[in-house]
Amino acid sequence: MNIAVTGLNNVDNPGPGVPVIRGIKDASEFSGKIIGLIYDSLEPGAYMKDVTNKNYLIPYPAGGLEPFFERLKYIHSKEKIDVIIPTLDAELYAFIKLEPRLNQLGIKMFLPTLEHLNFRSKDKLSSFCDANNIVSPRSLLINSLQDIRKIPIELSFPIAIKGIFYDAYIANNIEEAQSYFNKISSKWGLPIIAQEFIKGEEYNVVVLGDGKGGSIGSVPMKKLFVTDKGKGWAGVTIEDKTLLDTSAKIIASLGWKGGAELEFVKEKESNKFYLLEINPRFPAWVYLAVAAGQNLPFALYNLAMGKEVDKFETYEVGKIFIRYSWDLITDMKKFEQITVQGELNND
Amino acid sequence: MDKYRVSSNLAISENGFMFFPATGDSFTLNEIGSNIVNMLKSDKTREEIIETIIEEYDIDKHSAERDITDFIAQLINFNLAEEL
Repeated sequence: MNIAVTGLNNVDNPGPGVPVIRGIKDASEFSGKIIGLIYDSLEPGAYMKDVTNKNYLIPYPAGGLEPFFERLKYIHSKEKIDVIIPTLDAELYAFIKLEPRLNQLGIKMFLPTLEHLNFRSKDKLSSFCDANNIVSPRSLLINSLQDIRKIPIELSFPIAIKGIFYDAYIANNIEEAQSYFNKISSKWGLPIIAQEFIKGEEYNVVVLGDGKGGSIGSVPMKKLFVTDKGKGWAGVTIEDKTLLDTSAKIIASLGWKGGAELEFVKEKESNKFYLLEINPRFPAWVYLAVAAGQNLPFALYNLAMGKEVDKFETYEVGKIFIRYSWDLITDMKKFEQITVQGELNND
Repeated sequence: MDKYRVSSNLAISENGFMFFPATGDSFTLNEIGSNIVNMLKSDKTREEIIETIIEEYDIDKHSAERDITDFIAQLINFNLAEEL
């Protein structure tokens, strides 16, 4: 079996590729090659001998679906890929669009549908939650500077100002909201989401939906250490039935297929969980779930292969992950290989 | 008689390290703190705990009452215990 994985950008805001591969390689049933699909020749995962066997540079899907597909087709002709596991938000649309054509080549995936992807998008999440009785912060879509004037009528400060794909800031007044609007919209475009700020602690859940409303597994985590970019750098598995039930309800309401990360905040006063975001892929901390007893990446691979997968019923509470950085030393020759030829062999 | 219920899944080690699985919070307790939590876990009332602490440690009743009441209030504040 040959599995291709994206998101090997194991940097300060890490992609989930390396931990996904680590989970797959932990499975005793796994034998085969791991192919890294990278967008940048300095993605660290490509240089990790224990992680990938071979790596290929691929073009950004924003550059057009055809060159993207042609490159995947070429890689498949060399490597006979059985399954591709995309792990980045921004590439999902392209992979979903190309799924039928990749299937024809014999490449399988286990992805949400475009409809699911749209439902959970940051600009539509609020209406999805309202329709399905899921508690979430009140949100407003901001499409112009004029819309910002509506904020004080609908929400009270402080509020969260979020980009459609990435970035979020806390604005304490309309002037700050305006400045963050400009900052985010110039980078990620419109709309911008203005969201009620819920004071409390953040909890995240990694889940794998079977596409029929069921969850194959789910593990909740509380961040123990957060970087100045808001990224969890350490976390612990926790036990909370309400959180697991709420997650199962969300996955069932969406009929979600594939990996996802649900982000919640537990309001200090009411102890209620508010759903902040649904990320349509495994998080970078997914290996914590593997270590706690749920190998969700390997389960996803099996689902993609059309195999029956048993639900995970338990996980170990109190497992901790602590992320660290490590200077990987390599040779110019390797950098040259990936830069000039677009391919890097680690075997 | 003031009685309290300590969360059933609250884990406390011999070293006084306490982990609350529902929230992921952890706390380090000294010997007296550990004793108090363990007594609460075995359904001792506040008054019984105060008596035991006065007997075991060289402390006057007024200070014991004040400190133990304050400690239990902190446990309640962290959702680790509730008053029955």
